[in-house]
Amino acid sequence: MRKDLLIEWRTRARLNALVFFAMATLLLFSFALGPDTRLLERNAGGYLWLAILFASVLSLGESFRVEAENACLDGVRLAPADARAIFLSKALGNTALLVVLGIVLVPVMVALFGVKIVLGLGDLGLTLMLGCLALSAPGTVYSAIASNARARDVLLPLLLFPLIVPSLLAAAKATTLVLQGDPMHQLGSWFGLLSGFNLIYWGLGFLLFPKVIED
Amino acid sequence: MGKQLHRVLPVVAVVLLAAGAYLGLFWAPPDREMGDVQRIMYVHVPAVWMALLALTLNFCCSVTYLFKPSWKTDAMAEASAEVGLLFGTVGVLLGSIWGRPTWGVYWTWDPRITTAAIMLVAYVGYLALRRFVEDPEKRAVWSAVVGIIAAVDVPIVWFSVRWWRSLHQVQSSPKTVDPLMVLPLRVSAFAFLALMIVFISRRYLIALADRNAEVALPEALPTDDPATRGNSGTPKVVA
Repeated sequence: MRKDLLIEWRTRARLNALVFFAMATLLLFSFALGPDTRLLERNAGGYLWLAILFASVLSLGESFRVEAENACLDGVRLAPADARAIFLSKALGNTALLVVLGIVLVPVMVALFGVKIVLGLGDLGLTLMLGCLALSAPGTVYSAIASNARARDVLLPLLLFPLIVPSLLAAAKATTLVLQGDPMHQLGSWFGLLSGFNLIYWGLGFLLFPKVIED
Repeated sequence: MGKQLHRVLPVVAVVLLAAGAYLGLFWAPPDREMGDVQRIMYVHVPAVWMALLALTLNFCCSVTYLFKPSWKTDAMAEASAEVGLLFGTVGVLLGSIWGRPTWGVYWTWDPRITTAAIMLVAYVGYLALRRFVEDPEKRAVWSAVVGIIAAVDVPIVWFSVRWWRSLHQVQSSPKTVDPLMVLPLRVSAFAFLALMIVFISRRYLIALADRNAEVALPEALPTDDPATRGNSGTPKVVA
């Protein structure tokens, strides 16, 4: 994981590109839907997560392209580390990247859509954390697969998008509640759904990832 | 035995389908509230049952493959996913045709319909993966992994009508429908079951033949990757 973060830090261009890509996505939503601030405000949570999702496809795709170049994955595989450790570090690295992206995006969203964060930053942070974890676990497994296949740029979203619909829904709902207040106390159940999703897919990824990268 | 079954089962399927159609269309009474529209249940419900059954078979094959690799399991996984997707699509289309007169819309974001749609798209991705990976061994392992991950949605589709009570009614079964409707439903279900077995077994033989052909001549096959074409001595460059 240190290696991934190191690469990330040294090639900051990628993170920058991701951030600007996601910001452009947010901007595009406001253009596409017209200047109806009420509409934008009401759906801000959904837009935020769509921007993160689109950016995550790019970053996940990149995360194994680094390895595919110069056959680095073989090197990583030969290293005296468990394949599961590789999964955990890759997935956590991707999560960290997405969380950073989310943290950068939130102020932009607040400015663009004119939303207020009613429930405070703690809940927002937890939502970001859980949502990004939920994107990263299946995303890492699938990007390891897609990076070696033909048409990988099509394949990753094709595999990933249907899978993460529940987590996207939960994350967007939770964000909307954080932004607009939660009079019915529903936030907990969305967090529960996200946690359950994480449990399933981190578990599956942990079990199945060694099979994916073995020769 | 196997050969005979191959010849007999399609006939059985067609006869049962015809019987189910007759019973469903003419013998069973119209529904008290929905009238004749309800008769679509006799094909919609079995189609979805078979889809879930086939995808469950795919899950079993995927798990088995990871523990004990074999081309047969892989071929069966491919066949069951394809047939499952076919029946699932038929089921969703029929449901949507039924939804228009009953609910007033072809499509609604009901949990059952939504999860079923997610399931179908997930298996489209699974089959796309199978087309995009050339190495048969890697394809088998990866699609097994993807099959297991995608299978998480299958029980969710089944239980969605119980967890979230909404538009879609609880599963139709002999317990929830009128006794006079049970017979056509049963006949139809067995017809679809026979049809599914016919489809899967045919598709399985094709897939197995494909696999054997691939494994028999791995080098002789033309490759459409320009990086490896012509200069097979140098290592493959992955950009």
